[in-house]
Parts: sequence; structure tokens; C-alpha cells
Amino acid sequence: MGSLRLAMITLLLSSPALAQSPTYGVGRTPTPDEIRAMDISISSNGEELPEGRGSAKEGAIVFQQKACAGCHGKAGAGSIAPELQSNKGQDVSVWERGRGKSGWMILPITAPYATIVWDYINRGMPLGKEGTLTPDEVYALTAYLLAVNKVIPEDQVLDKESLPKVKMPMGDKDYGRLPDWKPKTHRLPGYGH
Amino acid sequence: MGSKRTTRRDLLKSGGALAGGLAVLGQTQASGQTPTVAPTVAPEHDHGSGASPMVKGTKELVEYGQRSHFVTSVRIAHPVGGRHSPDAFGKTFHIATPLQDSVGVITPSSLHYVATTRGAFVPDIDPKQHRLMIHGVVDRPLTFSMEDLKRLPSVTRTHFIECAGNRHNGRQKTVQETHGMVSCAEWTGVLLSTLLKECGLKTSAKWFVAEGAEEVKGASSMPIAKAMDDCIIAYGMNGEAVRPQNGYPLRLMVPGFEGIFHTKWLRRIKVVDRYYMNYNDYGHLEKSEKEAALAFQIGPKSVITKPSGAQQLSGPGFYEITGLAWSGGGAIRSVEVSTDGGKKWNRAEIKAAPQRMSHTRFGYPWVWDGKETEILSRCTDEIGQQQPTREQVAKYWNVPFERSYRVPGLDNSVMPWKINKDGSVTNGLA
Repeated sequence: MGSLRLAMITLLLSSPALAQSPTYGVGRTPTPDEIRAMDISISSNGEELPEGRGSAKEGAIVFQQKACAGCHGKAGAGSIAPELQSNKGQDVSVWERGRGKSGWMILPITAPYATIVWDYINRGMPLGKEGTLTPDEVYALTAYLLAVNKVIPEDQVLDKESLPKVKMPMGDKDYGRLPDWKPKTHRLPGYGH
Repeated sequence: MGSKRTTRRDLLKSGGALAGGLAVLGQTQASGQTPTVAPTVAPEHDHGSGASPMVKGTKELVEYGQRSHFVTSVRIAHPVGGRHSPDAFGKTFHIATPLQDSVGVITPSSLHYVATTRGAFVPDIDPKQHRLMIHGVVDRPLTFSMEDLKRLPSVTRTHFIECAGNRHNGRQKTVQETHGMVSCAEWTGVLLSTLLKECGLKTSAKWFVAEGAEEVKGASSMPIAKAMDDCIIAYGMNGEAVRPQNGYPLRLMVPGFEGIFHTKWLRRIKVVDRYYMNYNDYGHLEKSEKEAALAFQIGPKSVITKPSGAQQLSGPGFYEITGLAWSGGGAIRSVEVSTDGGKKWNRAEIKAAPQRMSHTRFGYPWVWDGKETEILSRCTDEIGQQQPTREQVAKYWNVPFERSYRVPGLDNSVMPWKINKDGSVTNGLA
């Protein structure tokens, strides 16, 4: 590897190529704009969220306009796609409240962070037209679904500042964290299977 | 391997075992078979009575060969009664591989199982336009073309992929229905660790998010330790380009992890400092840490593929019991077969050196005495994890045992096949 590395470095120094990787000199550096355009991974702290805003009232209109009700039912329940609204009171556990009749989890209740609701809608909706919603529409739909489930007040406006601060019904201690994975270890210590 | 195994000579010495000659298992499964158009024969040829007809070569047969029209096994919808693929709109749903007809460890690319997020069209990606971008908490974000990736040092490894939905129950009839959402192929590509070393990981790098280029841009979060251990950015599958249904032109291999992590149509990897829980990860949300752990790395699992459900033994006599074993924990160390419903376990023969996170073919010589019985297999992997019976799993979770018990996480429990007096083979869980 040593001589190869040396050869590559010599090669890199001798030509002002676009190649960027240090050992093999392949690939190129993406521009900050290219990264921003591609990066739709939204963290729990919302650092990647775009500009934009939306309220539950606006979200109710988008929900009708984009024909969401066609699969999810009016106000998000009672149709063929996963339910989006729970009919159970807030006095039951988040897992009970967040499980729809079909067995699917109800996203705006069981998502541990509100940013997950935003990410899910942004990537996956509407069926057949994924990737066409504007940030404003995604903020509005997120606000609408959180408001109908009484997670946020009906008049709250969501944007990149307020969305990550929403306190979700699924608390930090209500779900299981993934294991600290290491190679060649049992998948569950003490289980043996 | 398998020092205790019975050899064919032993069987011959024991006498009578081969009376009636070597019986052949009948193929009786109605679903999972389709007639293929018979080729054109060359009528001017005459090689005497009893000779097989001679086939005329065609452009298609010469350029990209095809199997004999006598071989008819195909993939079917999963689960049984699930959405047919393609549906009326041309979407692909879950389709299971015909394990009952499998030999060796490699699943032909045309028969590799397919799972899609929720029923999807398959993207038609021009490899000249396709890019893989790696960014996040790295020193140097980099974008690679397919040509770039193929210049880098490559690896070729055999790995299985299994869908989390690969669960067996008493209503299913064939091994394609019970276990068909697992396949094994030879994958070629660049180690993800090679690319991440080029980008330079920052010390805060703990997880990475892999994202596909399909309509939902499916994304999964995985530990950076896995990325540095054995993940492959694969462009090759069974000696040719990865098939479109399996992620052409590029897919991520995460050996031993549940199928959904093996991101198809891979376009982006973001190295991050925390668990992101993007799109696909949300579906993995579990109540307890134990259940979350069991839906991550796949446990040791095996199944007898022959004789299996809906097949027919032609009569008492010799049969090689054969099947597949695999584990997310590493290579398979041993496989045992029981032919008396689990009372006695016998060491099976391993057919070739077991590879890590790969199908391993096993065999066990068996003389069927014509009585009703149950045949089962179980395996142990290189780190000592043993495939459990449902009873063992129920005991661990401290719940009453019944055969319909739902195993938490990916179901790796032992699968029983019942051999009936008439030689028919049925689901032992039924």
C-alpha cells in the first residue's frame, strides 16, 4: 500500500485534477450547493430542515388538495392506508394510542421526534407523486396531523425552529434503543439464539 | 465434516434400503410454476427413434442463454394471497424465491427474492448518470461515478439477504411460502470502509444513513462499526451487473442485517453523529430494547428444502434430505437434522466450506421406512448462537408455548415438515 500511496500522491501533485480521494485519487468533491440539494436526511435536532412554514389550518386544505383522504380517509382514519389519527384518549399508553385498527403504527403519535413525521411525508407522500410537495406543504401537513392528534395546539405554526421543539407523546423511555453493535457478537446478549 | 454421517456404502450394507432403486422426489407444486415456450426444433434432423429433438439456435439463445423449458419454477407473491406482482399498474410487491427447487447456495439472479417498500415501480437508472455521494461528518465529502467505483480495489463475497417478513406459519404449504423471502448471491463491489477511509471519518462519526434513488428515497441508519467491518458497495451480482429489481446499478450490502438495510439504487451515504431514524428506520420502532435487538442482526436459521411441503416421496427408500442454513452472526459451524420429530438430532454434512453470512448447503442421508414422521433441521453459527425451536423462544420470553407462537424479531425458529404415510409432505406447523 505504501508504494501505491506514494505513486498516487505523486500523480495528484503532478496534475491539477479534480480527483480528490487521498489514496486512490478518484471521485470529486461535491459543492456545498450539491450537498444541500441532495441532503434530505432530517436529524432529530432539525439541522437540515429547509426554510418554510405551515399551520394545521393550511395543512387541512393541503390534505384535501393532494387527495390524501383518498387513501387515509377523511381526517386520516378509516380507509386503506395506515391511519393517521387515533380514536383513543390520551389516558392510555402511547403504544396503545398509537396502534391503528389495521395494526399499523400511527405516525404522528408514535414518532419519537416530530422531525420524523416531516421526513416521512417529505420522502414518501403522496403516493405516485413523491418528491413534489413544497417545504411549506410538508410543514402544513405535519402541523395538521400533529394538531388532529392533539400533540400541538391548532393554531401553532411549524417551521425549522419550532418543529424540532415539539414534545411528542412517545417519550425517550417509551421505546427500545438499538444495541451498540459490534462484529462477531450475539445479537442479544444472554439469548443464545 | 459430519464424521457420524451415514455413507451410501453403509446404507447398501444395511441392505434393502435401496429396494426399488433411488426414488425421485416428484414436483407437485402447482403455484410457483409456469410453462416456458418450447424451443423450435430442427425437423430435418433424424437421430433415430428415442433420441431427443434437436433445438435450433436463435439470436436470443446465443446472446443471452435461457434455462430449459422443462424447468419451470418461478417466483410468487409473498405472503400467500398478497398483492400479485406486477399489479394492474405494473408495480412490484414482495416476491418469494422457489427454494424447493434450489440446489447449491447461489440463488439465480432471475429468482432472487424482491421486497419493495410498499409496492413500487423499479427505477430505470442510467449508470453513466448515476453518482454516489458520501458526506456528513467526514473530512472530505466525495462523489463517485460508477466508473470511479470500478477503478477501486474490489471484493467478491457470497452473502444472503433475508426480509424481516420471512415468517413461517401453519397456513403456508411450501418452503417457498414459508421461507422464500431469503436468497443468496455472489456480490462484487468496493468495501464501504475503503470509501470512508478516502473521505476520512471525523471522531464524532457514530452512524451512517444510506439512501436509495427510488421514488421514496428509502433510507436506513446503521452503525459506523458495521460500515467499517464488512459492508460492500456492490455493482456486481452473480458474475454480471446487479439486476434492476435488486438495485442496479449500485446497492449496499450489509451482511447479516435485515434485508431492508441493504439499500438498493444507492445514491447517498451520510455519516452522522447520532441515530437518525429516517423513513425505513421508523418501521423498526420497537417497544423494548430486546425486541429492537432481535430485528437488527439476523439469528441462525435453517430449513429443509427437500423434501419439503407439497412435495411427494415416491415410496419407502433412500432420500438425501437437503436444505440451507445461514446466520447474521457469521459462518455456519454445524447443522443437525432430526427425522423423528426432534427426539434425536444427527449431524448433517456441510456441502462446501461455509462462508460468513452466506447460505450453507447441508445434506443428510435418510432411509424412509414408510411411517409417518416429522423432519427438522437446526444450525449453530461460528459465534455459538443456536437456532431455537419455538418452544425455546417462548420459554425465554416466559410466555405459554403453542405452535402458532409469534417469534419476536425475525423468525429464525425450527421448521418441521411432516412426512405422511402416503409419502406426501405437509407443513408440520399446520
